[in-house]
Amino acid sequence: MAVCIAVIAKENYPLYIRSTPTENELKFHYMVHTSLDVVDEKISAMGKALVDQRELYLGLLYPTEDYKLCRYGYVTNSKVKFVMVVDSSNTALRDNEIRSMFRKLHNSYTDVMCNPFYNPGDRIQSRAFDNMVTSMMIQVC
Amino acid sequence: MEGLTLSDAEQKYYSDLFSYCDIESTKKVVVNGRVLELFRAAQLPNDVVLQIMELCGATRLGYFGRSQFYIALKLVAVAQSGFPLRVESINTVKDLPLPRFVASKNEQESRHAASYSSDSENQGSYSGVIPPPPGRGQVKKGSVSHDTVQPRTSADAQEPASPVVSPQQSPPTSPHTWRKHSRHPSGGNSERPLAGPGPFWSPFGEAQSGSSAGDAVWSGHSPPPPQENWVSFADTPPTSTLLTMHPASVQDQTTVRTVASATTAIEIRRQSSSYDDPWKITDEQRQYYVNQFKTIQPDLNGFIPGSAAKEFFTKSKLPILELSHIWELSDFDKDGALTLDEFCAAFHLVVARKNGYDLPEKLPESLMPKLIDLEDSADVGDQPGEVGYSGSPAEAPPSKSPSMPSLNQTWPELNQSSEDTAIVHPVPIRMTPSKIHMQEMELKRTGSDHTNPTSPLLVKPSDLLEENKINSSVKFASGNTVADGYSSSDSFTSDPEQIGSNVTRQRSHSGTSPDNTAPPPPPPRPQPSHSRSSSLDMNRTFTVTTGQQQAGVVAHPPAVPPRPQPSQAPGPAVHRPVDADGLITHTSTSPQQIPEQPNFADFSQFEVFAASNVNDEQDDEAEKHPEVLPAEKASDPASSLRVAKTDSKTEEKTAASAPANVSKGTTPLAPPPKPVRRRLKSEDELRPEVDEHTQKTGVLAAVLASQPSIPRSVGKDKKAIQASIRRNKETNTVLARLNSELQQQLKDVLEERISLEVQLEQLRPFSHL
Repeated sequence: MAVCIAVIAKENYPLYIRSTPTENELKFHYMVHTSLDVVDEKISAMGKALVDQRELYLGLLYPTEDYKLCRYGYVTNSKVKFVMVVDSSNTALRDNEIRSMFRKLHNSYTDVMCNPFYNPGDRIQSRAFDNMVTSMMIQVC
Repeated sequence: MEGLTLSDAEQKYYSDLFSYCDIESTKKVVVNGRVLELFRAAQLPNDVVLQIMELCGATRLGYFGRSQFYIALKLVAVAQSGFPLRVESINTVKDLPLPRFVASKNEQESRHAASYSSDSENQGSYSGVIPPPPGRGQVKKGSVSHDTVQPRTSADAQEPASPVVSPQQSPPTSPHTWRKHSRHPSGGNSERPLAGPGPFWSPFGEAQSGSSAGDAVWSGHSPPPPQENWVSFADTPPTSTLLTMHPASVQDQTTVRTVASATTAIEIRRQSSSYDDPWKITDEQRQYYVNQFKTIQPDLNGFIPGSAAKEFFTKSKLPILELSHIWELSDFDKDGALTLDEFCAAFHLVVARKNGYDLPEKLPESLMPKLIDLEDSADVGDQPGEVGYSGSPAEAPPSKSPSMPSLNQTWPELNQSSEDTAIVHPVPIRMTPSKIHMQEMELKRTGSDHTNPTSPLLVKPSDLLEENKINSSVKFASGNTVADGYSSSDSFTSDPEQIGSNVTRQRSHSGTSPDNTAPPPPPPRPQPSHSRSSSLDMNRTFTVTTGQQQAGVVAHPPAVPPRPQPSQAPGPAVHRPVDADGLITHTSTSPQQIPEQPNFADFSQFEVFAASNVNDEQDDEAEKHPEVLPAEKASDPASSLRVAKTDSKTEEKTAASAPANVSKGTTPLAPPPKPVRRRLKSEDELRPEVDEHTQKTGVLAAVLASQPSIPRSVGKDKKAIQASIRRNKETNTVLARLNSELQQQLKDVLEERISLEVQLEQLRPFSHL
């Protein structure tokens, strides 16, 4: 279950961040922030012309008492990062599912970009995007 | 601040008022100045206003957030109803009428005054689409008739929120309001064709001053509309509550009515028709939208780029966020550009929003762009259905799914086209055994599944055409629906047929060449897209391994030579069984078959050789015969032939040989042969061939039988040895050639494997997607 989903711009400021309200949001924000370092590390590690479209970082970085929070990253070609914090307690989400979720995110993000009224760098306020994210956060529960 | 519960009407009304006050388009904070104006318009004493502000917390916060604003409005309503101002009263007072605000601006008053004057020019500004923002929320014309206000407001509260809330007007239900709007485009189009997007915003402002705008929202076109709506209310059941107000409003709006009556009839009709669908675009509206589209993009089938559309719609002075949402709703194919349909939908949504309707979450069905590009003519806008889109039209921001149907549609077409081309493609007929064919097909299938799905199609038909074309094409078509599965299904289904036919062919092929003097049969004719696994050796090996039948078939050629000698005496017949045994027992080893055939070549030499020794070497030949027999099955036919020939020449010899052979066959194991024989035998046995016990016994028997003739046969042995040496050499060369061919084949296959692996590596990154 995606507990928190964040879209980070190229300059590492958040374009969109949303988490399930049940939890202390600040904690998730912090986790996303710390994961940015890891993401940057991976990006620089590639180096070559080959841009890895999908980066899967399974980090049992923060195993709390009852559940493990796995954070997954995804970088687009324009260095926009998607970070997703997933609660893997009830269902062990397979890699494919995570990838499909990221693909959906990417598609929705592209749709937002297509909107001429959206200035790149603005916060994402698209309702469609919100709906999609909500569906992702709910479905996996 | 406790939670605030609002009815639907209140919700709408408050949101509109908020938007009105939200001139900075922040959606969060309302300018104090506007709010104060509004409160002043509420005709409440100042201290009450201050109290309200304090209660809602605005004074605490310093600004009016949405919640504060709503609370303030509610308190205004409370105050206007005469209830004491308490915080608790927000939620406790039930059925509170909407707060009333008296228009304080001169503009509005003049507007009110003018509302009863038929002012068709008001409609000219912008097809009634964009009411001036300031106009919104103004509403209540307190000056007109206060007494009518009360019943109206009660009706207002019951009606779905019309921000209008003009006392004169019974707030129409949404379809009714749409009715109003629909009229405006007609007026606008006829009266004042707008030069471009820019001007129409301003003319509206001009129209403001002189226009009616009894209700702020529709301001500029309101005189007739209120009337008509009012009239139409009588027709529509939901507005039954408004019926009570009719008498009240009639007296006020007599003047207007005269103006409106003309269009009333049309209105009623239209209203009833569109009552069900508030989002339907009427003809006039559509016409207007199309005209606007033309100003930006002359080609009606073309696109409006996103930037131009942005500029256009920004002039509507809607907040960017809402415009962004409208864009999301209307850009159906998510391409960043607007087609005519999309543009009309967006325009319609802007109109709606301007008039106070909240934007829907999903694109209404009547606004869905149609796939079929209909003309501007009338009924386009009224068609509610979408045509052609197999994807679910219900989703307002369609994901990439709309593109998927198109992909699916093109895919079978692609297959069919390739099928057609494949059938047309000329194909040579294969004469080769099917096993290689199967191999090749497998290679192609695995190699090209992810590279070029059409290539196997081309390859297969080339192979299939020779076979049952109909069957293959049928399977072909059935397999087309599955991109990857068809090739395998085709190959599997068609291969048995090919094998069968090829087998039959092979049999016939072999049958027709009994005296194959040439070296092993030529390799199968290569196909245009043939792999290189087509050498004869593969042919041989695979045909042998496929089944005994084929092996037997292949084995026949060597055995044939003895047969076409029907004239031969029973002598050869005696040998024949032995030969046949030898042949049969040794059919499993394919290399033997090949050397068998060269022996046909040797056959002639051997015959000559044999003929030279025929007189003296009957027994020797007879002996050699069994000696050669176990060693070299290929030589059996030769020897048997030799024997036959010798027999033909001298029947006595055959008779002699026959008993000798018979004796050979009958005598049991004899003591080891003489050294000479042994030498011969050892030479023969050196050959890496499988020997049967029967053969050995035969040899031994032959040796035994030939013992008495040893001294005489020594000289003959030399020649025999030489002959056998020659034969062995020839067999060697044949085997060497076979070896080289196999090596070549191996190299080819390795190369193919490498290329396939490279392909796989190249395609591996795509597997991530």
